[in-house]
Amino acid sequence: MPDFARIYDVLVVGGGNAALCAAITARRAGASVILCEVSPPPLRGGNSRHTRNLRALHPGPTQVLTDSYLEEEYWDDLNRVTGGKTNEELARMCIRASQHAPDFLASCGVVFQPSLSGTLSLSRTNAFFLGGGKALVNALYREAAKLGIVTLTDTEVQHIQVEEGHATEAVISHCGFPQRIRFKALVAACGGFQANRNWLREYWGDAADNFQIRGTPYAQGVVLKDLLAQGVQQVGDPTQFHAVANDARAPMEDGGLAMRLDCVPFSLVVNRNVERFYDEGEDVWPKRYAIWGRLIAQQPGQIALAVTDSKAVMNFLPSVYPPYKANSIAEIAAMAGFDAAKLEKVVADFNAAVRPGTFKPMVPDDCTTEGLVPPKSHWARRIDTPPYYAYPLRPGITFTFLGLKVNEKARVLMADGKPSANMFASGEIMSGNILGQGYLAGFGMTLGTVFGRLAGEEAARHVRN
Amino acid sequence: MSATEMSKLDLLLQEATEIESDAYQDARRQMAVCNACRYCEGYCAVFPAMAARREFEKADLTHLANLCHNCKGCYHACQYAPPHAFGINIPATFATIRQESYAEFAWPSGMGRLFERNGTLVAGAATLFVTLALVLTVLIRDPAVLFSAQTGTGAFFRIIPLWLINLLAGGSFGFAVVAMAMGAIRYWRGTGGMGGSFQPQPAVDAAVDVLTLRNLGGGGHGCNDLDDSFAQHRRWLHQAMFFGFMLCFAATSTGAIYHHVFGWRSPHDFLSLPVQFGTWGGVLLCIGTAGLLWVKTVTDPAPVARKLMGGEYALLGLLFLIGSTGLLLLVVRHTGAMGIMLALHFGLVLALFVVLPYSKMVHGIYRSIALLRNAREKRPA
Repeated sequence: MPDFARIYDVLVVGGGNAALCAAITARRAGASVILCEVSPPPLRGGNSRHTRNLRALHPGPTQVLTDSYLEEEYWDDLNRVTGGKTNEELARMCIRASQHAPDFLASCGVVFQPSLSGTLSLSRTNAFFLGGGKALVNALYREAAKLGIVTLTDTEVQHIQVEEGHATEAVISHCGFPQRIRFKALVAACGGFQANRNWLREYWGDAADNFQIRGTPYAQGVVLKDLLAQGVQQVGDPTQFHAVANDARAPMEDGGLAMRLDCVPFSLVVNRNVERFYDEGEDVWPKRYAIWGRLIAQQPGQIALAVTDSKAVMNFLPSVYPPYKANSIAEIAAMAGFDAAKLEKVVADFNAAVRPGTFKPMVPDDCTTEGLVPPKSHWARRIDTPPYYAYPLRPGITFTFLGLKVNEKARVLMADGKPSANMFASGEIMSGNILGQGYLAGFGMTLGTVFGRLAGEEAARHVRN
Repeated sequence: MSATEMSKLDLLLQEATEIESDAYQDARRQMAVCNACRYCEGYCAVFPAMAARREFEKADLTHLANLCHNCKGCYHACQYAPPHAFGINIPATFATIRQESYAEFAWPSGMGRLFERNGTLVAGAATLFVTLALVLTVLIRDPAVLFSAQTGTGAFFRIIPLWLINLLAGGSFGFAVVAMAMGAIRYWRGTGGMGGSFQPQPAVDAAVDVLTLRNLGGGGHGCNDLDDSFAQHRRWLHQAMFFGFMLCFAATSTGAIYHHVFGWRSPHDFLSLPVQFGTWGGVLLCIGTAGLLWVKTVTDPAPVARKLMGGEYALLGLLFLIGSTGLLLLVVRHTGAMGIMLALHFGLVLALFVVLPYSKMVHGIYRSIALLRNAREKRPA
């Protein structure tokens, strides 16, 4: 039983990478730390459990990263995916600090591996965790235990007592029993609100019922809402999130990475009205996969169908659930419950618009369409070789961007613009500071590690002073 | 019952044996998730081999299951491990399939059912043969000889005659070799055969994998032996057990060569090859088996196929007893306790030989073949 009578130096709310990086850093700096993770032990780690890599700046090849990836290119990538909706100062700070993120994680026992296979070729820009995010989470919890951090699972932080920008006490439910934790500094690292369907409905209405929550079902946004209601400054568009094209047959929560479908660049994608709605081949998939969830979320019924043929089926990772497979487009349409005549016409129009080119699956090639609206800019090949394949798609929401406004020290800002005396934030709960929209593969873990370390460092410094 | 009804029943029975077990069906479901995830590709040979496939026939699953070294890295790293609805637990599922494949490919055919309640079988055989050896020794031998210190050339054979040792041990071991060879052939065919000429390089790769237990390295930093932390306990303990066993085998072989080729009779000097091989082999065998029993006892039980534990405990126990009684025999060989100790040791060895083709010992054969197949797949001709 933890000691609830004492005053801890730092309370960390959350149990994923951002929380653990903060807790470990604060503890290493000498602070006493208590960490509250809402989930039971096997599901601990929030969305970090489902992650696989982080994006890191590096001036030259490292053990796990090839070539180099410098600040300007990283910034360009980030600026492009967010369409300029970002905070350049914070973003560049994060990018520069990302250089040291892999070493920090390695110091906590996280093991990296070179990327071996798969269709997302990211070995230049992203460092992969051996075994994925759960292995990372396990390593961080082992390090936390070694350092003597008090780690509570099955523990929900329900309310933070804030007085004039100063947090003093947390009301929690520990294994179902009400408790209070007193502390000198707070790190909020408990994710977005994406698993809170009622909150999503405020912005999306009934469409929210069709959103699949890819990650932890525990991201209810309880502390986020609580702090916003007590004068913490809000950042980010509440309708913006990281969302991918998920298999429509996936579980509504916690389906994780394996539910995403990478077939889009090698397919035609139509909505329920059997109309194409976006350029499937706009750019390489690592730079486009995270916009497709939102695109589908904006379609009627929040459903889409990706259609391709036997030529392309080995160009992307297999799906968990078998694809619809038939020898004619009409049969495929019938299996998916889409209008057969319309789908045949869409495919025929597309095939007629395809220009000859040399197909290169991993780079933007010259296989494109002419006169088609919207166009398919790359990887456009005629869909003409049976058997045909189709995959039903739904929006798979990873995390929401609405969050707490922070400064370059991860310190939370109050609505009046003044920094909070003792509140810090890291990870998805403050992702909206940098991600106005869009997403860059592996950036979430970078954000969590960089701001986690900052938050932990600053919280420990605050306590010392 | 009419003749046609009989044949209908036969057909039904045949059909029943052809229907895949729950473990195979579940493994296929799990592979669909794993093949879309692939986070574990860095751990061992199983996941790259899986990624090279899109369909998982029974033969594929048998191959992958026998390629699995049970390091449990994939379980502890799994975002879909229980209590997630997908309930991915590759180590336990593949262990069950391995056991089913041992039974399926066992020779002669019906003997596969000995893999059910294997712990009882191994323990029972050990008890039976030890008892027989003790009772027969006491009955046959004059107590004056049995309990007196035997020294000099041929001391052991005054307790149990050499011809009897040769007949029982040689006979049972010979049968075990034939049965395991037949199993190996059946396994090779049952997991897809694969023709083509013999290529040396994959065989070398596979031999290196076998001898170094590379796949118990977890990609370099170890396996989840006990929990989600990384260690190489199992790798080193298994190496101790394996090379200890091989040294014991070398002790027996050199002893036989001494006897039959050079006419040198046992007991040999402590510094002679057979005794040196046997001593260090025995020590390593004891360390390895005791250590593996310890690991099995304290490891996180979630990724373990509990049903198979009996057979594994029993076999490790038997090997430990063989190693320890062999060492004790060395210690007491010039005293009056030698006779009983010899009978005990001989009974245990005989039990091992008899259960050899119907125990977890066969995993070495199937694992080696799986590694060979894997090496061949990686280096297509």
